[in-house]
Amino acid sequence: MSQATQAVGSDERVKQISSLRKALIRPELGGMCGTVIVFVLFFIFAGDSGMFNAQGVMNWTTVSAQFMIIAVGACLLMIAGEFDLSIGSMIGFAGMMIAIFGVTLGWPMWAAILITFALCLAIGALNGYIVVRTGLPSFIVTLAFLFILRGFTIFLPQLIERKTIIGGIRDAAEGDWLAPIFGGKILTGLFQWFGDMGIIATFTRGTKQGQPVVEGIPMLVVWALFLVFVGHFILTRTQFGNWIFASGGDAESARNSGVPVNKVKICMFMFTAFGAAVFAACQVMEFGSAGADRGLLKEFEAIIAVVIGGALLTGGYGSVIGAALGALIFGVVQQGLFFAGVESSLFRVFLGVILLFAVILNTYIRRIITGER
Amino acid sequence: MKSVIKTIALATTVAATPLMVATTASAAGEKYILVSHAPDSDSWWNTIKNGIALAGEQLDVEVEYRNPPTGDLADMARIIEQAAASGPDGIITTLADFDVLSGPIRAAVDQGIDVIIMNSGTPEQVREVGALMFVGQPEYDAGYAAGLRAKGDGIGSFVCVNHVISNTVVAERCRGFADGLGIDLGSQMIDAGQDPAEIKNRVQAYLNANPETDAVLTLGPTSADPTKLALEEMGLAGDIYFGTFDLGDEIVKGIKDGIIQWGIDQQPFLQAYMPVVVLTNYDRYGVLPGNNINSGPGFVTKDGLTKVEEFAGKYR
Repeated sequence: MSQATQAVGSDERVKQISSLRKALIRPELGGMCGTVIVFVLFFIFAGDSGMFNAQGVMNWTTVSAQFMIIAVGACLLMIAGEFDLSIGSMIGFAGMMIAIFGVTLGWPMWAAILITFALCLAIGALNGYIVVRTGLPSFIVTLAFLFILRGFTIFLPQLIERKTIIGGIRDAAEGDWLAPIFGGKILTGLFQWFGDMGIIATFTRGTKQGQPVVEGIPMLVVWALFLVFVGHFILTRTQFGNWIFASGGDAESARNSGVPVNKVKICMFMFTAFGAAVFAACQVMEFGSAGADRGLLKEFEAIIAVVIGGALLTGGYGSVIGAALGALIFGVVQQGLFFAGVESSLFRVFLGVILLFAVILNTYIRRIITGER
Repeated sequence: MKSVIKTIALATTVAATPLMVATTASAAGEKYILVSHAPDSDSWWNTIKNGIALAGEQLDVEVEYRNPPTGDLADMARIIEQAAASGPDGIITTLADFDVLSGPIRAAVDQGIDVIIMNSGTPEQVREVGALMFVGQPEYDAGYAAGLRAKGDGIGSFVCVNHVISNTVVAERCRGFADGLGIDLGSQMIDAGQDPAEIKNRVQAYLNANPETDAVLTLGPTSADPTKLALEEMGLAGDIYFGTFDLGDEIVKGIKDGIIQWGIDQQPFLQAYMPVVVLTNYDRYGVLPGNNINSGPGFVTKDGLTKVEEFAGKYR
């Protein structure tokens, strides 16, 4: 369809839009404004607190990357018109599965990771299958899985090991070929050079003396950028991306024009589950243990990031870049409040207020640019 | 477009006000950050907050309290990294899960920040991460002592109401208690969750299913208060042997009324207060106590409750 309009060139039925306006009409505009505001604010109020030295930057980058990994899946799913509330539980479940297969059962780590991913994708598909077959709101179906998965995450390790935290994953992953893809760090040489040059601080004592305080870019961040790129490409450059928009915009008319709506939705549930599994794999590889309480409330954090990024809760509108910016804003605000020394019990109040304003701002901007009233 | 600008301006002011207040409030003295593993819902940590605040006031140093809102230990690791990046003179933190937290703590130590471990952790782990010392109650030993005491009172079976099932260190209390009694823990530890109504119902369900249970052991006010309510509703209050870890308003009242036989006080006040004192004196004069500080266990019974009652939930 897009080819057709391009071929015609100027069509009297298509309204002329100035290039400036065209550049502004994008769902991520709100996210961009928000990002600028947040950075300027924290630069003013927390500029000298260590927030913008190498360690501080790595701190909020990592947290933002975590949000991004789950936000990309949640964003595409939301554009396709569905919700997934089981993301947080899926993170806990996936981490625990890796620990059980890799440590308790002693399988090689690559096998544990692959089987966990297969399991998570299967559960994601089941989520989607139930939603499209029963026609129940995804809100309810995935809420059920929130409890089911969390329950298993607590029950299984207690049954097998009589405890709810399984450690020793780092030792079990030693020398494995797949584990560094989630737990490793890249560009370590570059950062060592930075440290030697005095551009970033180095450890002053202990076994790591002389090494830079930031060793390298964690794979978590690489995964986040990779998923954002893939998600953005699929959504904006492929036919499948158009199907996603169509499924969320108006499922019935999409179906009538031949879009496999059910398949699209099930795929998006699986992609969301994939994001949660990546999150979990990175986390257990970095920290070396899986706990039953991991990922609590992460489903809401993902949804919040997506909504800050300009997606509509009702589906059919949104952007992956927007969701990524939303995740960045969320991560920077969350860690930045700590850096700015805000009283910790008021932390959630500020978070709520800032989020609310971000969404209101977004709504106004969208109304202005789309001209909707 | 005008309304957009207005909204931005409004958002800026609202977001900025608290930040400005916070930055101007900072004192000139040394700065210490306490990072706990407790979710916001755990009221026990209020005493810790009061403890560091008092120490900060008396010693004229700046203190901050940080915790992961949901109690997610991976989030806590990020907070420790964040605390290290902000460059304080010292960090006081718990070691609730060695695997997760040892990396960030060791990195902070290597960066030149003094670390004291409080509340959770073992002396070996504390040495391994390079912390100065441990201030807290050895959990297994405390549970074991309580078990021996209960055995002396003729107890043969119990139910352990665990509201922080994910914290392995706290579960040691139950294991110690079982070992003190000389019985197998088996399935006598229940995962009660954090919600008071759920805890109450689970305790009632367990006691209905296992009516021969001799004793109830709770691991803190979060589980003790609803458990007390459950026992009162079942008519078992004062009849069944009831011991608890930690103190709080309701627990003190329970001890006074004879519903709770004893409360094990690990004196959280000291766990927060002492590290600030130790760190400040270490930074100012270079003096450091030679050993770990045991803040507990101390058994609080019906005798000598006045001071406890006066400061319960605040400093006790």
